[in-house]
This record gives sequence, structure tokens and C-alpha cells, in this order.
Amino acid sequence: MLIGLFNDWIVVVLMMIGLYIVIAHGNLIKKLIGLTIFQTSVFIFYISMANVDGGTAPILADGINQYSNPLPHVLILTAIVVGIATTALGLSLVVRIKESYNSIEEEEIQQQDNDEQLSMNKAEENP
Amino acid sequence: MITHLPILQVIIPLMAAPLCLLLNRSRLVWLFSLLVSGLAFTISVLLLQQVMTSGVISYELGGWQAPWGIEYRIDQLNAFLLLIISGISTVVLFAAHTSIEKEIPKDKHTYFYILYLLSLTGMLGIVATGDAFNVFVFLEISSLSAYALIAMGQKRQALWASYQYLIMGTIGATFILIGIGLMYQMTGTLNMQDLSQRLPEVAQTRTVFVSFAFVIVGVCLKLAMFPLHLWLPNAYAYAPSIVTAFFAATATKVAVYLLIRFTFSVFGLSFSFTTIPLQTLFMALGLIGIFVASTTAIYQSNVKHLFAYSSIAQIGYMIVGFSVSTVAGLTATLLHMFNHALMKGAIFLALAAVIYRIGNVELKSFRGLGRQMPLTMAAIVIGGLSLIGAPLTVGFVSKWYLLTALVEQGWWPIAVLILLGSMLAVVYVWRVIEVAYFKEPLQQNIKVKEAPMSFLIPIWTLVIANIYFGIDTRLSVQVAQAAAQSLFGVSP
Repeated sequence: MLIGLFNDWIVVVLMMIGLYIVIAHGNLIKKLIGLTIFQTSVFIFYISMANVDGGTAPILADGINQYSNPLPHVLILTAIVVGIATTALGLSLVVRIKESYNSIEEEEIQQQDNDEQLSMNKAEENP
Repeated sequence: MITHLPILQVIIPLMAAPLCLLLNRSRLVWLFSLLVSGLAFTISVLLLQQVMTSGVISYELGGWQAPWGIEYRIDQLNAFLLLIISGISTVVLFAAHTSIEKEIPKDKHTYFYILYLLSLTGMLGIVATGDAFNVFVFLEISSLSAYALIAMGQKRQALWASYQYLIMGTIGATFILIGIGLMYQMTGTLNMQDLSQRLPEVAQTRTVFVSFAFVIVGVCLKLAMFPLHLWLPNAYAYAPSIVTAFFAATATKVAVYLLIRFTFSVFGLSFSFTTIPLQTLFMALGLIGIFVASTTAIYQSNVKHLFAYSSIAQIGYMIVGFSVSTVAGLTATLLHMFNHALMKGAIFLALAAVIYRIGNVELKSFRGLGRQMPLTMAAIVIGGLSLIGAPLTVGFVSKWYLLTALVEQGWWPIAVLILLGSMLAVVYVWRVIEVAYFKEPLQQNIKVKEAPMSFLIPIWTLVIANIYFGIDTRLSVQVAQAAAQSLFGVSP
């Protein structure tokens, strides 16, 4: 039971590690790393799902009649591309955040936003 | 030509997006995007006509037969959504050229339109496709371009809002991907129609339960349903005004569509509402969402924030209608999707006009605007009345249908709560009206004039639609009812 579902266990463990990093860490880059691990676990899930015991690559050849399912592999190629695009966009956002806040720590960014809001409210009270 | 309409609906904006790079002149690209969006709108009108007269359209991509190839499937619900999305997109784009002049640096204008068209493509694709994995791909097309569009906002908070949305949105989309994978594992198919036939056989397995949970949570993240709404207010408030108007009117509607499609069509009514206690859960979350978001809206000092929270509350109404799970309840939800797109489109475009003239939408800057920008403010008033649900506006129509649906089931207490929720809308809309009409203008705003025509025309198109569809409800109610009936498998 445990051995038979080995791949699934790996997927779940990776998924939880990824989600935990996204939630627990305040560093924006670390959050993105967590997100990538989370997405990768899903890639492994799709890829191992398509595996057929004793099956080979789905290429027609003599003497072979067991093939792995190619469809999930093709699907996950698309998802990998989407994952790369997400990471690239996320990283470029982090670069711009660093330029304008001079920090990539969630707490410091939120602190700066709060300070800005407070000073605006003060200006309103004593014009 | 006419048989290829379903694919043209999606592929025209997709192909047009990179072509914008060749034009590369702000005004030209704008006219081109407007043309493309208008074309998409025309196609959606034709599709709706075709669906209403001759039933469901099934289009096989590349000629590959349905469960193996990708199928685009347009029924009443899809056609209705396509009409809302492409219609709002066209109207909003009309004001884009003037609005982004002041909000986005000139060298980025072309990219703005490219992202806008890609986002439109994504939304149209999600709705048009009948393939579960295709949904994920289009969801990511529209989301990725949405993150980039939001990051174009003037303030640095836009970057932070976009980053938060990216994290939440990606988790949501990946959850949907996991759910689709589990479905595929159990049934070996990705075609929604095929899935709906094969899932009942394996409905009692834990894998299908888990897949349902992943899909629903993922969609609800995209939907900004309470308590998963935290990304929405900042994303809407700091995005460029045009982007806010477009997304507020369409993006959450697409997510509501996905929720309806997955629960009603793919997993089936008996699984979603009998096997799993979705009804109670969603009813409770919808109602809490209405009250929490409306109350938060009352305390906002930024008008964009105020109406963003109001959007979350309006999603609550759609969720309540959805969880009634009768034809009447679903009709109310579909109607409210159409109507909410009209009101929020009008309101956020009016706010775009205010930003164009004043530069911000802090509540205190609204002082005296009722006299300086009478037409823009009148649009906000009518849009606000529609949010409240005053008679002769579209808001009244959808609230009426929602209340009827609730009373039909004998759920009086919930009907009363819905009415109380509308009272909260009166409070937050009144705050804007009070400042705009009964306060003296700020010193620095004394010379502010009415917004230019390029704003007033689209704003008032939507306002007039707000009133027209509030009086003549034939089109919207007929289509919504037909869509709801077909989802319940009742022949009209």
C-alpha cells in the first residue's frame, strides 16, 4: 500500500512543502520558490499518473503492445510552460517591487504602505 | 464562415494581440483593438442568435471528433457569457485611449492593448471551450495578462497588489489543475460532456470527492468568494482605471461561470448538492460575504476600494442564488451576472473619468463634483441605485428574481437578510453621493470640468443599458431562463 503509492506520497509531501513555504515565508523570492515547488509536485502527479507498468514510449514498433499514456505528458508540457511564465512574471514583479520599496520582505512592504496611509490621514486632519 | 464562429470568437483576439506590435502607435493600436473587440462582440451576438434558434453548437477543433479532440461547445449559458464579456470589453475599450494617456507612460501603450486583448482571449476561451484542460490553459492566459495589467497601475502599491494576486491566482489555478488531473485519472477523459457521463459511475470514490474539493476551492479563489477575497480589493483599487472597469465587470463573472459549469454540468446536480453539502456551506458563505464586504465598504476612504468591496458583496448575491439550486435561483444568479457587469462597468468607468480629471478617487476629492461633473456623477448615482436594487434599474430585476426564488423555497429569513444587505448598499452609495452633491469643492479642484466625450459616451451607453434592461427585461430574462433550464436538463 505505502510502496505502491510511493509517487503519490512524494507528490503530497512536495505539495505541502511548497504551500507551507508560500504561507510561512515573508520573503517574496522564497514565496515564489515555494510556488514553483507546489507546481512541480503537480507536474510529477500528472507524469506518474500516465505511467503504465511495463509500458514503453508510445511509438509503434514490432513486438511491443504496452504503451504509457502520452496525453498527460503532453498536457503537463503546457502546464510547465505556464509555470515558467508565472515564475518569470513573478520575479520581474519582485524586481520592480525592490526598485520602488527597496525591500523584498512582506512585513517591511506592508509597514511602508501603512505609514504612507497614516501620513495621508494626518494631512487630512490638519490641512 | 458561420460554422467556424466558435473558434473565431477566441482566435481573432489571440491573433490580433501580437499584431499590435507591428502597428506600435498608440492611437492606431487603440483603433485596431477596438475593431477586434467589436468583431468579437458581433460574433457573440451571432452565436447567441444561433443558439437561441437552433440549440447547442458543437465545434470540433481541427476536425478531431469530440471526446478525443478538443471540442468548443456553445450552449445558452456560454453564449450569454460571451456576449457579456465581449460587450463590456468593447464599451470599456472605447474610453481606453483617453484614460491611459494620463495613467500609463506612452511607450507602454502598445503593451497595454496587447495584454488587454490577451486577457479578453483568455476569458472568451474559458467560456467557449468544452474541454476541462483547455479551461486551465485559458485561465492562465487571462490571469497572467491580468497580473501584468494590474502592475501597470500608477502607484507602487499596484506592484504589491499584483504580486499578491499572482500568488493567490496561481494557487487557485493549480488547484483546478490538480482537480482536473484527478478527474482524468478516474475517467480517462477531459471533455466536459464526456466527463459528466462517466463521473457518476465513480462518484462514490474518494478520488472524485478530492477532485471536486480541489476544483471548487480553486474556482472560489478566482471568484474572490468570501473568505478567499483578500486579493481583490487592492488589485482593483490600484490597477489602471480601464483595467478595473474591465475586470470588475467580467473577470469574476467568468469564475462564476466555471463554478456553475463544474457543479451543474461536469459533476452533476445530484453529486454537487446531495452527496456533498455544498448548499448550506455556500448559502452561509454567500450571506456572510454580503454583510462583511458591504460593512467594510462603508468604512473605505478610497472610492475604488469602496466599490471593490461592493463587488465582493455582489458576488455573495450570486452565490446565494446559486446555492438555492433551483431553476429560479440559477436564473437570478445568471441575471445578476449580466446586470452586475452593466452597473460595475458604468461605475468604474465613471471613476476612470474622475481620475482623468482629478488624479485620484479619494472620497474627500469628490466634494462638489456633483456640480462640476454632473453627467459623470449622475452615472455613479444611477449605477449606485442599481447596486441597491431600486426599481426601474437592472439591480431591481435581479434582486426581484432572487427574492422570488428564495420565497418559492419558503426561505423567508434569508430573503429578509438579502433585503438588509441592500440597506448596507444604500449606506455606502449614499456616502459618495453626500460628498459629491452636498459639500463645497476642494480648493485645488475648483476648475474641474465635465469629463470628455470619449468617457461620457461609453459611460452613458452602460447607464442607459442599466435602465433599459431594468424596464424591458425580455432579452436578459429569456436567455438567463433558457440557460438555467438547460443546466437543469428541463426542456424549455
